[in-house]
Amino acid sequence: MHETAFLIGQIFNGFSVASLFIMAALGLALSFGLMRVINMAHGEMLMLGGYLAYLTLLVVPGPLGILVAMPVAFIGAALLGAVLELTVIHRLSARPLDTLLATWGVSLILQQAARNLFGAIGVQVVAPSWLNHTISFSTGILSGLTLPDTRLFILAVAALILGGVALLINKTRLGLYVRAVNQDRPIAAALGVNARLIDLCVFALGTGVAGLAGVILALLGPVTPTVGQSYIVPAFLVVILGGLGSLVGTTIASIMVGLFTALIEIYVDVSVAQVLLLAFVILFIQIRPQGVIAVRSRALEG
Amino acid sequence: MLLELESACAAYGQSQVLWNVDMGVTQGDAVALIGRNGVGKTTLLNTIAGVQKLTGGRLRFGGDDLTSTPAHGRARAGIGFVPQGRHVFPHLSVMENLTVGLAALAGRKAVKESGIASHIFDLFPKLTQIRNRKAGLLSGGEQQQLAIGRALAGQPRLLLLDEPTEGIQPNVVQQIEAALRRIRTELGMTILIVEQYLDFAWSFAESYHVMQRGQIIRSGSTQTESADEISHLVNI
Ligand SMILES: Nc1ncnc2c1ncn2[C@@H]1O[C@H](COP(=O)(O)OP(=O)(O)OP(=O)(O)O)[C@@H](O)[C@H]1O
Ligand SMILES: [Mg+2]
Repeated sequence: MHETAFLIGQIFNGFSVASLFIMAALGLALSFGLMRVINMAHGEMLMLGGYLAYLTLLVVPGPLGILVAMPVAFIGAALLGAVLELTVIHRLSARPLDTLLATWGVSLILQQAARNLFGAIGVQVVAPSWLNHTISFSTGILSGLTLPDTRLFILAVAALILGGVALLINKTRLGLYVRAVNQDRPIAAALGVNARLIDLCVFALGTGVAGLAGVILALLGPVTPTVGQSYIVPAFLVVILGGLGSLVGTTIASIMVGLFTALIEIYVDVSVAQVLLLAFVILFIQIRPQGVIAVRSRALEG
Repeated sequence: MLLELESACAAYGQSQVLWNVDMGVTQGDAVALIGRNGVGKTTLLNTIAGVQKLTGGRLRFGGDDLTSTPAHGRARAGIGFVPQGRHVFPHLSVMENLTVGLAALAGRKAVKESGIASHIFDLFPKLTQIRNRKAGLLSGGEQQQLAIGRALAGQPRLLLLDEPTEGIQPNVVQQIEAALRRIRTELGMTILIVEQYLDFAWSFAESYHVMQRGQIIRSGSTQTESADEISHLVNI
């Protein structure tokens, strides 16, 4: 296999990993930007999405099952997110540390519930046949490069979600209210914006997107009670790196972390790569504490 | 009475700032709230707008008890707010700032939403020119015009103005004062204004309240009393 082909293959992998990070981190970034809350149960929204994909495919087998699973997972995770916001997050809104602990507890409860319902080993979602192809190159400098369809699908889904959320935030009335609340909550409220409702919508949107990401994860490997955990740590890193709440920052940071992971794994094994990633993030934050995009008031811009 | 406050109290943590304030604004009137720095004028307006909680007392507006209504509900009931320091949304454009003001129209039966009313651009022609500029980049005078326009976009029945000419260039002050007079005469707006300049307060409002240490210590008519009688309560 040609050097260039290999490198391009890794970069492609990096982008598809980045896609997952974007979907996992988007909700965290949105709700942190708006409400300054960190939802430790966010990973379990991925898990829920994965199990909902599994269940949907039991009901709707066949090639289009996965396309049905996506809205089901989105709505399911958004509803659970809304319940979590109403029952836990909102009640603890002035106490960030308590929120952290409470949502961590919720995370454990959800994992145990999944274990009781589906078993500890995990369930398998079979990718539909139309995602089983690969695009292979056999001539020229790209000879030996293979791009699996599933990975292209992930990229496409992430791009669509990101585009959709960006449109929602930047072009709709709801998005305008979100940005207004983000910049000056009391004044937005005094102008008639129901900031409580905005919080709820944004939180549910974020968990819904995580649910969608869970469907994608299910295409890549088994859905286990802890499947969300392996993505949530990089997602937190992405949010910190991105500048705590900015869409553009989150995207750039996802790509940085995705590429970093994919490229460093050429040289070292996975666990060393994790350590190096953490070191990279710490170093980056030392140099640029505000993250890729400086926020607070600029959060959710663009 | 369009607005009625009954023994309103407010506090920042342990320190009480408003002490049993009774005040009313009659439909169609302009009322000036005056007093030295730090006496609680802003706090009073904030509690009316719902930005700050009343720790005691009642607030009635248009016959409804809004004491426990959150800020957005008060805006939707028809209380328009132009805060001290303008508080435009810095990263939103002028048009977007005005559009946020439309949020006050949600669920109002009496008014229909039909975009930003043209009289706002008529009052503040400057806003048309700078409609796509980010509000954070505007001059103080432009921001003030935007803050007033934004409140008017919600078609309020009462407009709360907190020192609308504070820290603004003298020639722009005149423009803003002229626009405020037009808001009174052309829109028939009921206004509660915090104003440091007695001359303007006297020529603009029908009645006044003087605040001192969180209480209204004197009220009266600007028509029958002269500003000189109370200037010693306001100036240092
Ligand atoms: N956020 C706050 N926290 C604590 N105390 C405050 C706060 N804001 C105002 N105060 C205090 O409350 C009192 C009233 O303040 P307020 O801003 O209502 O006065 P004001 O009459 O509007 O003054 P000014 O003319 O300077 O605008 C002051 O003593 C002030 O120090
Ligand atoms: Mg003040």
